[in-house]
Amino acid sequence: MANETTISITVNGRERSSEVEPRMLLVHWLREGLGLTGTHIGCDTTSCGACTVLLDGTPVKSCTMFAVQADGRALTTVEGLQQNGKLHAIQEGFKEEHGLQCGFCTPGMMLLGAALLEDNPNPSEKDVRWAISGNLCRCTGYQNIVKAVQYAGQKIESERSGAQA
Amino acid sequence: MAVEEKEIEWLGKSVKRKEDDRFVRGAGNYVDDVVLPNMLHMAILRSPFAHARLTSIDTSAAEALDGVVAVVTGALLAEHNLAWMPTLSGDTQAVLATDKVRFQGQEVACVVAENPYIAHDALELIEVEYDPLPVIVDPKKSLDDDAPVIRNDKEGQKDNRIYHWEAGDKEATDRAFEGADVVVSLDTHYPRSHPAPLECCACIADVNPGTGKTTIYMTSQAPHAIRTVFAMVTGLPEQNIQIISPDIGGGFGNKVPVYPGYVVATAASLLIGQPVKWTEDRSGNLASTGFARDFHMHGELALDRDGKMLGLRVGMLSDQGYAYADAQPSKFKAGLFHIVTGSYDMPAAHVVTDGAYTNKAPGGVAYRCSFRVTEASFLIERLVQNAAYEMDMEPAELRRKNFIRPEQFPYTSVTGFIYDSGDYEKALDLALEKSGYNELRAEQKRMRDEGKLLGIGLASFTEVVGAGPSRDYDILGIKMFDSAELRVHPTGKAILKLGVKSQGQGHETTFAQIVASELGIPPDDVTVQEGDTDNTPYGLGTYASRSTPTGGAATAVVARKLREKAKEIAAHTLEVAPEDLEWKGDHFFVKGAPDQSTTIQEVAFAAYTNHPQGMEAGLEGVTYYDPPNMTYPFGTYVVAVEVDAKTGEWKVRTVVAVDDCGIRINPMIVEGQIMGGLTEGFAMSSMQQIAFDEEGNCLGSNFMDYLLPTAWETPHFELHETVTPSPHHPMGCKGVGESATVGSPAAYANAVVDALLHLGVRNIDMPMTSAKVWEAMQQGRQAQDQ
Repeated sequence: MANETTISITVNGRERSSEVEPRMLLVHWLREGLGLTGTHIGCDTTSCGACTVLLDGTPVKSCTMFAVQADGRALTTVEGLQQNGKLHAIQEGFKEEHGLQCGFCTPGMMLLGAALLEDNPNPSEKDVRWAISGNLCRCTGYQNIVKAVQYAGQKIESERSGAQA
Repeated sequence: MAVEEKEIEWLGKSVKRKEDDRFVRGAGNYVDDVVLPNMLHMAILRSPFAHARLTSIDTSAAEALDGVVAVVTGALLAEHNLAWMPTLSGDTQAVLATDKVRFQGQEVACVVAENPYIAHDALELIEVEYDPLPVIVDPKKSLDDDAPVIRNDKEGQKDNRIYHWEAGDKEATDRAFEGADVVVSLDTHYPRSHPAPLECCACIADVNPGTGKTTIYMTSQAPHAIRTVFAMVTGLPEQNIQIISPDIGGGFGNKVPVYPGYVVATAASLLIGQPVKWTEDRSGNLASTGFARDFHMHGELALDRDGKMLGLRVGMLSDQGYAYADAQPSKFKAGLFHIVTGSYDMPAAHVVTDGAYTNKAPGGVAYRCSFRVTEASFLIERLVQNAAYEMDMEPAELRRKNFIRPEQFPYTSVTGFIYDSGDYEKALDLALEKSGYNELRAEQKRMRDEGKLLGIGLASFTEVVGAGPSRDYDILGIKMFDSAELRVHPTGKAILKLGVKSQGQGHETTFAQIVASELGIPPDDVTVQEGDTDNTPYGLGTYASRSTPTGGAATAVVARKLREKAKEIAAHTLEVAPEDLEWKGDHFFVKGAPDQSTTIQEVAFAAYTNHPQGMEAGLEGVTYYDPPNMTYPFGTYVVAVEVDAKTGEWKVRTVVAVDDCGIRINPMIVEGQIMGGLTEGFAMSSMQQIAFDEEGNCLGSNFMDYLLPTAWETPHFELHETVTPSPHHPMGCKGVGESATVGSPAAYANAVVDALLHLGVRNIDMPMTSAKVWEAMQQGRQAQDQ
């Protein structure tokens, strides 16, 4: 394909390079280029957030970014949440609190939750509702997503204080 | 061998979901995640006009684009007799337009290309000439004598009427109204909505020229029924069609029908000999696939002076779009809308329904709803609330006075439903108590004195779910039963295969719990499989809250069958007579000698290694369960809202939901379903609407115009339960996936109207936007000033 450009992005800690058309959306590069299909597409208009990934730690909607815009940056997708085979606290929280049903919004919601907890380890219900309000869920009514994020916050806190003791 | 103490009670336990392990890892497998070798990609060109003659299509520039493999038009499909297909209601729908386009967004042509970007590039190169025709968006005008005939393709179709259908007894109802002291009426429109699951529709059609096998990965809630429909439409032998519905990102009724994209992708794969993937975009999903509701309703309720209901008269006009494509039993033209007498002991009722074609997308899917019970429940609960105002009665007390009483069950309603069980007053009382209803009323009065608006809404709904029985319910003639196949392996682990199909409802956990409860094999040892038609028994799929009433029942029945066989095997290995054995949770023991026992796992091993001579080996079975009746979940919801007296903006303060769905298998999952439904009810009442302008332009074909609630607006829910088992379900369960979507919209609407009661407001059509509420307040104030 003519007019391709080379990009290099650190995805889940691993550097990935490829030739892409400048118009290639980041979400397509992740899903089709790298086979990381945990990042979903729900709306095409930056409204639903199923495509949320973390760009240098900040949530972005990957359906509204070109892959070339992420050149040289670091991305975390849902596949990068677990470390050494162990689930991230936010993944555990979603399981424990029934924070998901069909699972389609879940990767984006978990990444938002993880990013929130980095800044605010002990969020109120209102804090969580605000933090996830850029993303849509059609199954749960959000209440258990809030609980899932709070569960993860408590778990991270207790692990930290356990490590310090 | 002595049995250790271990978990044997699995019913009513909030077991964590087995399916979550893959979803939280981003390892779900949705259709768009599937990649096949040599796969091509398809995109759809849609009509910009709502009604126009198609004069020409020039595909030459698109075909010449590098990377384009084929361009498919209606004319090409017509050569193969595939330009039209049947809808689930037995009407016809264009696959790709040939003569006219009949709604904005209609499928006109498809491009198949090496990648989706090229396919979309090529769409831009297709030249289509349209000759615009007059557009009909109002179903009332559509039935005018001089309205242009939208379906002029259909022989004998001289107007835009689809059906006229009545239920109940007109004469008895007329008599009831003649003797009434009070008659209350209400006109309301339940607006057109769209289920909008977060995953759009998608398929991959793989017609293998070598084997003759057609494999279609599809976002389908009903894969078996789809396979049969595909076989009938295409003429392909059914054993060579395999439908695979992998993980589905929400359905809510949107993924029941067959859509043109599925058919064209299959035809394209057949013509080209390579797999073809079609992934719908959101605007295509909202503009063209199964919409919901759009009922224009008129209700009249007759009462005596004491508030006893005497009769109900209902007229309903359904805006169907350009094809009658309701997914519902063929016997009932307006679905189960005629359960409109709701929770009340209604002596007489007459329901008149009409369906009309308009220049809108077809559909009429029951969005998180059992065949149109949602609209019915909304109408009666709004009418009852208004009747209470008219009679100056407390709305809760008017309901209480008219409820079907517990001793009346099974109760036969005047429109032909046999309610299985209920205790409506118990649910009402609990909801009143938990919501602090009397205190809310007192606070409402205090606030009103201060010029602030608090509204309290009630809804005491009854649902009808779980179709069959097959004598009354079918889809395109295929009877509604469901199936379960259970295979217990020699090591005591099991696979359960079902004809229903989860889209997030947690079947892999709930149905494993049923096996655990009936057969003592822990849920972790039971794998549940659904969605692959080659590897599951025939069933009608998941919608209308039918999975637990039908597939769940089938699971319990097949597990019990295996337990009977297991008993014979256990008697053989323990060397006693079967009648000397008793079952406890997960093992058989000899009556009076509990130490002489054998576990289900030991029996399973024996079934393959030491079964009695003369008995068939193995421990497997399949059951097709035809329910004797529908199940009738119910409940009462209390909603309190605060309305800004200046702007009309309203906020939910309290939602207390009491649900009775009989026995709960997994309370955590049940509550998840209820909260989801309460959110949909909030969405319907406050923001969701697919609207059209006069030219038939769809004003809600993306998530910037079609508003869905986020976590910020969505209320906090408080849930409670009563338990009235279904007398005919093997485990006493009723379906629950849709109760809250059905019951809650009226509670929200009643609350907003209640806040404005003193201004004379009696109705605001949904969605009750701030603008509409403000306008209602203004009109009320002006009327009072005069």
